[in-house]
Amino acid sequence: MDKKRIWEGLRPYVLIAPAMAGIMLFVMYPVGYLIYLSLFKYNLMNKDKSKFVGWDNFTQILGRGDFYRALWNTTIYTAGVVVLTMLLSLLIAVWLNKKSRFNSVVQAGIFTPHVVSIVSISLVWLWLMEPNQGLLNYVFKLVGLPSSAWLQSSKTALISIIIVSVWQAIGYYTLIIVAALQSISPSIYEAAALDNASKFKVFYKITLPMISPQLFFILIIMTIGSFKVFDTVQVMTGGGPNNATTTLVYYIYGFRTTNIGYSAATGVVLMAIIGLLTFIYFRLLSKKVHYQ
Amino acid sequence: MASIEFVKVSKWFDRQPVIQNLDLTIEDGKFTVLVGPSGCGKTTLLRMIAGIDPQTSGSVLINGQDVTRIAPGKRGVAMVFQNYAIYPTMSVRENIEFGLVNNKVPKAERTRLVETIGETVGLNDYLDRRPSTLSGGQRQRVALARAMVKNPLVFLMDEPLSNLDAKLRVQMRIELIELHKKLGTTFVYVTHDQVEAMSMADTIVLMNQGVIQQEAPPEVVYRKPSNRFAAQFIGVPPMNIAPLGNDNTTFGFRPESVVVGTEPGSFHYTAKGEIITREMLGAETIYQVKTTEGQAFMVKCLEDEFHVDQEVYLGVPADKLFFFGADEKRVEEQDARYREFMERLRGLAHG
Repeated sequence: MDKKRIWEGLRPYVLIAPAMAGIMLFVMYPVGYLIYLSLFKYNLMNKDKSKFVGWDNFTQILGRGDFYRALWNTTIYTAGVVVLTMLLSLLIAVWLNKKSRFNSVVQAGIFTPHVVSIVSISLVWLWLMEPNQGLLNYVFKLVGLPSSAWLQSSKTALISIIIVSVWQAIGYYTLIIVAALQSISPSIYEAAALDNASKFKVFYKITLPMISPQLFFILIIMTIGSFKVFDTVQVMTGGGPNNATTTLVYYIYGFRTTNIGYSAATGVVLMAIIGLLTFIYFRLLSKKVHYQ
Repeated sequence: MASIEFVKVSKWFDRQPVIQNLDLTIEDGKFTVLVGPSGCGKTTLLRMIAGIDPQTSGSVLINGQDVTRIAPGKRGVAMVFQNYAIYPTMSVRENIEFGLVNNKVPKAERTRLVETIGETVGLNDYLDRRPSTLSGGQRQRVALARAMVKNPLVFLMDEPLSNLDAKLRVQMRIELIELHKKLGTTFVYVTHDQVEAMSMADTIVLMNQGVIQQEAPPEVVYRKPSNRFAAQFIGVPPMNIAPLGNDNTTFGFRPESVVVGTEPGSFHYTAKGEIITREMLGAETIYQVKTTEGQAFMVKCLEDEFHVDQEVYLGVPADKLFFFGADEKRVEEQDARYREFMERLRGLAHG
C-alpha cells in the first residue's frame, strides 16, 4: 500500500524526467556556466590560472564605450528590422489575402528567401551592394538616383544590413499574417459592411484586433531574434566599417579567444536586456491583444 | 418601412446559374419567410437585398429605388447572420453601437439608444461584457440588438435560430413574432425549417433550385399547395403521394387527414394495410402503414389505439384529397381533369 503511494507521488516526476534532463543539460547548465564564466578572468590555456574577479567584468562592460556602441547598433538594427518587417509584411499580407493563382505564386516567391541560407543571401547582397560594380548602384544610376556606398560607409552600412534582414524575413511573417487574416470569418466583414464601416475603420477596428495575437507573437520573436543578429554582420561587414555594424553578439564573438570571461559577462547582459524587453512588451501590450 | 422588389434577377456562381430571371415582390411591413431546402437560393436572395453579394444581372429595388449601386451600409437594411457575426474584439455595447458610430450618431443619443434596445432584448446587465463570455441565446440577442438599434427599413435574417437549442428556438420564435408586431417593419427571414416558416410568416416564399414554387400565406401553402414539391415540403410528416396511373399523375393526402380503423369505412379512398412503425409523441401518434399494394403511408392520429403489425384500414374523405398532373402541378377542383382523377382513384381503391 505504502509503496503504491510513494510511486504515485513520484510518477509525475519520473514522467517528466527525460524532458527535464534535456532542459537541464542544454539550457540550464549552459546558462549557469555562462554566468559562472562571467565572474572569472578565464584562462583558456591553463584553467588553473583562471582568476575569480566577481563583478569586475560587468563593471568593465558598463564602463567601455565600444559596448555602448554595440548596444546602440543592435537597438537601431532591431528597431529597423522589427518596424520595417512588420509594416511591410502586414501590407503584403493584406494584399495577398484575396485568394487567386497569381497571389499564391507571389506568396511562394516571397517565402523563398526564408528557405535559402542566410550566408548565401548575405553573399548575394554583398555583390548587389558593391559600390562600383554592383547592380543596385547601376540601377540607381539608370533612374538618376545618387549612388550609395552601401556597406563601405559607416553611415549606410547598418541600414544596408537592415535591408537584407528585412528582405529575408518578410516572406515568413507574411505567411503567418496571411494565415491569421484568412482565419477571420467573412461574415464579420459583411456585418461591418452593413454597419456602414469605412475601409480604414474595418481595418483598424476589426482586422488589426483580430490578428493581434499573431502580431504580438511576431513582435516578440523578431525582437529576440534581431537582438541576437550575427551571421549577416559576420559575412557582410565583419562589424565594420569603423565598428558601425558591430552588434552585441558580434561584440561577444570578438572576445571569444582573448577574454572569454568578459565575453560571457556580455552574454549575460544581453540575456538580461532581452528578458527585460519581453517583460516590458507583455506589460504594455498584453491587454491590447485579443485572444479568442 | 419598405417594400422590396426583384426584377429579372439572375445570379451566377463560378459560371453556374443559381437563380435565373427571378421576379419577386416583398410587401411593405410583412413578415416574409424565404424557405426551401439547402442550396435553393434563398440565402442568395437575402444577400442580394443586403448588397453583400450583388446579383449578376437584373435589379433589386427597395421602396421603388434601384439599390444596385448603393453600398450595403447605405441601403437602410440590417441583417442578423446565422453565426451572428458578432465582432469578437468589441464589448456588447461596442457591438451594438458600431453602426451608429459609423453613421455619426452623437454619443448621448447613442448611449440612450443602446440602453433602450438593451432593455428590450434583456442585455442591459451584459453591455460591458465580451461576446465570448455570453451564451448562445445571449449572443443571438446581441445580433438582434445590433440590427434593431439602427432602426432599419428592412430586417434581414439568415437562419438566425438554427444555432439555438430546441427550447430556446421556440421561445425566440415567439419573441420575433412579437418584435415584428411591435416594429411593424418589413422582415425577410430565411430558413430551411418549414415549422419556422409556418409559425412566423405572413407570406411564405417557397423556393427550390432557384425557382419560386409558391408565394402565399402559410394556410394557403398548406391547404392549396401549388405543386408536389410544395405539398411535400410543408407539413410534418410530409404529404403522402402515390401514383395514380402510369402517366406520372399522382394523388396525395396529408397524414393528419387519414381516418384509421379496424373495419373499412365509407371514404372516397380506402386502403388496407399493416402498421410497420409507431412513434408515440405524446399528444399524437405517427404510424407508418404499408398497404397491400406496397405503398408506405404516414398517418398521424390523435389517439394511440393501434400497435405495430396490426392490420388496419385507411380512409381519406374526398375533400382531403389532392391530385397532381403529369407536370407535378396540383389539379384544382375546377379543373376538368379533377373528376376524372377522382374516378380513377375510386377505381384504384376497389381494384
